[in-house]
Order: sequence, then C-alpha cells, then structure tokens
Amino acid sequence: MTHAIASLPPLAMALPTLNLSPDLLQTILFAIFAALTGGSAIMLVATKNIVRMAVALLMTLLGIGGLYFLLNAEFLAAVQLVVYAGGTLILIVFGVMLTSNSPFSRFEPSLLEKTLAILAAIILLASLLAAILSATGGEAAFANAALPSDQPYPMDALGQALLGDYLLPFELSSVLLLVVMIGAAFLAKGRRRETPADPFVNLTANDTKAAR
Amino acid sequence: MPQLPDAQLLDRAMRARYGFCRMGSVSVAGNSLVESILFNRLLGMHGRVPLAYELIYEFVIAAAVVVPFVLTLAMMCIWMERKVAGHMQSRIGPNRVGPIGLLQSMADGIKLILKEDLCPDAADSLLFRLAPYLAFAPVFAAFLAMPFGPEFTFEPRLSVGVFWVLAILSVEVMGVILAGWSSNNKWSVYGAMREACQMVSYEIPLGLSILVGVMSAGTLNLVTLGNLQSGGIHTWLVCRNPFCFAAFFIYFIASLASTKRAPFDLPESESELVAGYHTEYSGMRFAFFFFADYAAMFVVGGIQAGLFFGSWNDPLGLVGYFHQRFITNGNQIGLLIVNLVAANIFISKAMLIIFLQMWLRWTLPRPRIDQVLYACVKVLLPLSCVLLLGAAAWGLLIESRSGVPWVDYNPWKFADWQHTPEGGALAGLVTQIILSLVIITSFTAVLGWVGYAAMNAGTVKKRLTDPANIVMPGRAAHQ
Repeated sequence: MTHAIASLPPLAMALPTLNLSPDLLQTILFAIFAALTGGSAIMLVATKNIVRMAVALLMTLLGIGGLYFLLNAEFLAAVQLVVYAGGTLILIVFGVMLTSNSPFSRFEPSLLEKTLAILAAIILLASLLAAILSATGGEAAFANAALPSDQPYPMDALGQALLGDYLLPFELSSVLLLVVMIGAAFLAKGRRRETPADPFVNLTANDTKAAR
Repeated sequence: MPQLPDAQLLDRAMRARYGFCRMGSVSVAGNSLVESILFNRLLGMHGRVPLAYELIYEFVIAAAVVVPFVLTLAMMCIWMERKVAGHMQSRIGPNRVGPIGLLQSMADGIKLILKEDLCPDAADSLLFRLAPYLAFAPVFAAFLAMPFGPEFTFEPRLSVGVFWVLAILSVEVMGVILAGWSSNNKWSVYGAMREACQMVSYEIPLGLSILVGVMSAGTLNLVTLGNLQSGGIHTWLVCRNPFCFAAFFIYFIASLASTKRAPFDLPESESELVAGYHTEYSGMRFAFFFFADYAAMFVVGGIQAGLFFGSWNDPLGLVGYFHQRFITNGNQIGLLIVNLVAANIFISKAMLIIFLQMWLRWTLPRPRIDQVLYACVKVLLPLSCVLLLGAAAWGLLIESRSGVPWVDYNPWKFADWQHTPEGGALAGLVTQIILSLVIITSFTAVLGWVGYAAMNAGTVKKRLTDPANIVMPGRAAHQ
C-alpha cells in the first residue's frame, strides 16, 4: 500500500502556490493581538460600568498573553493567564460584587481626578520613552535589536535559573507573599471580633427544640 | 548537581525529533504524523510545506476534528449522566429517542435551538450575551495540549502543557462570574460568588497536586509525560511513588470542585439557588454552559489520565513498545494504527474518570459552602503541601540514588533488564510493584462488582421496585 501511494504523481504540482511568508503571518497575528490589547484598553478607560471595565481588562490581558506567545514566551503567557486573568481579575470582580450596593455600579471620577490622571499618564509615557531611547542608543538600537529566538525558552532551564542563579530574589518575593498572607489573615481575624456575636452560634439542641 | 535526568534527556530527544518550528521560522513538514503522511506521501511535497498550507491544515483540524469532537463528547456525556442517574435511582433513564435513548441529547439540542433567546430587561445585555462564549471558548484552547496519542496531539511542542490547561481553566471561571453578575438576579449573583471563591481556593490544591506529579516526572509537556509512562502500569506516575498515588486522589477532589461537579456544585445548587448562575439563561446560551461544563470535565479527566494514569498507554506497555519499534522502523502505517489505539485508550481513561465524577454526583449529598471551603483550606491544602515535600524527599533520597531507575523499565524491551540497579532502586521497585498491585486489585474488584451487579440486575431491580417489598412507614399502624 505504501508503495502504491509513493508511486503516485506528486499532487503538489497541481496545487496553487500560496505565498505566505512567516514574517507576514507574524505581522498579521501581531496586528490582531495588538488591536485586541489596544482596543480593549481604550474601552477600559472609556466605559463607566465597573464590571464592563473588568471584562475589557480581561481582553487586554488575553491580548498581552497572545503577544507573549508570538515572542515564544510560552511560560510567561501561561503565567499571564493564571495570575492576571484567572487570579487578580477574579478577585477584582469578587470585590466589586461584595462591596457595590447598586446592580450596575458606575465609576464617575471628578474633573480634577481626570486631569491628574491624564497628566500622570503623559509624564509616565514621556519618561519611559526618554529612558528607553537614551539608555540603549536611540532608534538604531531598535533596528538592530535581536529578534526573539525561534525556540521557546526550555522550561527546565527556566526552573534551574529560578532556583539557582536567581534564588535570592525568588525567595524574597515569596517572603513578600507570606507577609501579605499573614496580613490578610490578621485583617480578617480582626474584623470578625468587632461584629456582634452570631445568634445561631451558641444554640444548643434544646434551644432549637424550644424554638419549634 | 546531577546531569540531566532521564526525563529531560527524553524531552531533548523529543524536541530533536519534532524540531522546533514556530510561527517565526520556516516551516518543516513532519510536525505530526498525519501532517507528514498528508503532505509528504499524498501531496508529494517532500519536506517543504508552504506555511499557508500548514495553516489551512491546522484550521481544518480545529474546525473539523476538535470542535465536533467536543460537541459530540458533551452530548454523549449528557446522555451518560442521565443514564447513570437513572440506574442509580432504580429508573431506566432516557430510552425513547433512538436506541437506548442515544439521540436524547440531539432532541434536547434541537429543542434548545428552537427556544427563544431571552435577555432580562434589567440585565446588562452586552455582558449577558457575552458570558456564555467566555465560558465556552477557553475550553477549546485546552484541547491544544490534550495528548490523544504520541503523534495525535494538536501541539506536541507546547512545553508548558499541563500549566497551560490549568491557566485556561482559570480563565473559564470569568464567564460564569459574568453570567451571574450580568443577570442582575440575586440567585445568580450568589452562584457566581460561590463559584469565584470556590474556584480561587481550589486552584491551590489542584496546582499543588499537579506539581507533585510534574516533579516526579520532570516535565510539563503532556506528550513527554505520555512517553515517560509508556513502559507498563508500573511506570505510570500514580504507581511511581506513594506521594503521587495520594496526589492522584487530591487532584480528583480538587478537579471536582474546579469543574463545579457535585458534591461541589454549589454555584448551581438547585435546592437553594434555583439554578445559580444560569438561572436567567434560555435556549442555546444555556446549552453553551452545559457544553463548557462537560468539555471541562473531559479536559480535567484527560489531565488526570495524562499526568497520573499512564496517558495513552495500556497497562502492559504494548503501545509504548510498538510505538518505539515503528519509529525505528519508519513504519508510518503502523504508527498510525498505534496512534489510533492510543487515542482510544486515552479517551476511555478520561471517560472512566468522567464516570467516576457522575457516580459521585448521584451518591453524595451537597455540603454547605463553609464546609467546602473548610475542606479546601484546612484539609486539602495542608495535605497537598505535605505530599509536595514528601515527593521532593522521595526524588532526592530514592530516585536520584538509583543509577538506573526501574521506573522506566519496559518489560518488552529486554535490553533494559541487563542494567544492574543500585541502592535505592530496590525501594523504588518494591513501591512500584505494591502500588501497581493496589491499582490492579481495586480495578478488578470494581469491575467484578459491576459485573456481578449486571448479572443479577434483574433480581435486584425486581426486589427494589416490587410494591410488595416496599415497607411504608405507618402502614402497619393503620391495619
């Protein structure tokens, strides 16, 4: 059977040649993910409904995850999804649900706040651009910058780097997380003491019988 | 520091075999078996496949294989759920549409398509309409890494395999939360809040128990994991060390919670919250939540099978043996057959785990939400931390000392038996044998029990359903 297949005339000759260079494909994909990221970021700023903001933020984070994939940073993309899209964002929405008193809580900043925010954004953008352009030798550095490699960074090397060369920063960040956890536990515990005692906590079997 | 462990060497070998061809590089044919047969044999392209053709191929695979597979799977699972529920409750279950009711889900689907697509007046209509897709779409992305066979994996080079699936499942929750919130209904919001806190807390034991398995294997790639477990039942991760064996069960419990299955189905507990987050949904949007649920069940079961339970390998290690043999021979037709068998074994294992989930659903009562969170934070989390430490100690004390670990021995490859084991290997071997025996025994016991029940099904059902045997309380007092 295999010989019969091999002896067939090559069908490839009859097929139309579709010229799609890898660069073009990558450009198209980049455009899609960049549009997703930028568009939803604008939506995030423009909308006033807090939960819609969270959805726009989700789209932004997913778009950034896609960009990481294009850069062959698979691990970073997965971490982006777990930590930001699956963790932080859910906590934000959870917080909104617990605290808001109207069904569609709106976020309406005052004019002063808006002005301050725009000023801060402009200053941040300008300083970042200045830092990037001055530190690495101007635009020429971008033109000569090495393209990301074709191979994703191997996971085993990443793990060995985290637990070998960069052990101290790794451990320091975990200590930070521990501090945050202890703080959260302390806050939750302190809050409970202030609330009045739950009337159902100390009910005995006789009490419930009497209530009936 | 020891040089590369076996897992990493194998990983390297896998990479060398598949070659790394990413979006940015020139495409090389032969990424996957079907692709190489299609492009090289049938189309005669001989190793130089235009990128456009490869893209078209991947789109066709995604649209014509993955999507129909997920939809059919969900429909069959819904039928199976109702059948299991029926037999658990001494009923027959659906039996009208098609043979033994097989087409019941199809009929339900037609009914759901024909229903009106309602959106409540007070709901946030944009989010309300968006939420089912947000719950449904990510599950497909998880099929990117599902290892149906050594060459039947959509993306065999995904080095973050298991982690990717975990990430995708955590995105899926967002759809459920949005559905509950945008419905603007108190029951729905309660369901969404329960889902959020349950999911966020159960992700930790889920991730830690996955970590136990991943640490013993030394890789995250699901194809490499499958190849590591190709030597027979004793090489399956669940049999490798006692900590993986325990992590297998913790993973199962945590995965129940993360797919909202009973006894952890608090987000949609029908006795308290009407239907939880999808109370307001009707028609096809309602069906999307069901599809997402059952697809997520398969994904979770597939990860459990792929990580702990030998992936696509049979207990005798024959698939692994023939796979290696055909790779050396270059026998592509043989490889295709091995892959088909492997895919069947993998799907059967995942379905077995889905059956276990259904069995539990119709057996156990539902705990309160505080009990659910107690079980996570105070029971499962410390347990999985202890398992993680234990697995690390096991890897350091026993597996790294044995020069040639018995773990990868394939009984059909006699060359393996000529190695002399060193200290620690014996302990590993004994553990593997004991754990394999435990699994084989329990499996046989369950099979035997099911067979016995099936043989005596008539008498048991008659005894249970005969009105003469049913003792009504109070009947004696009246007579």
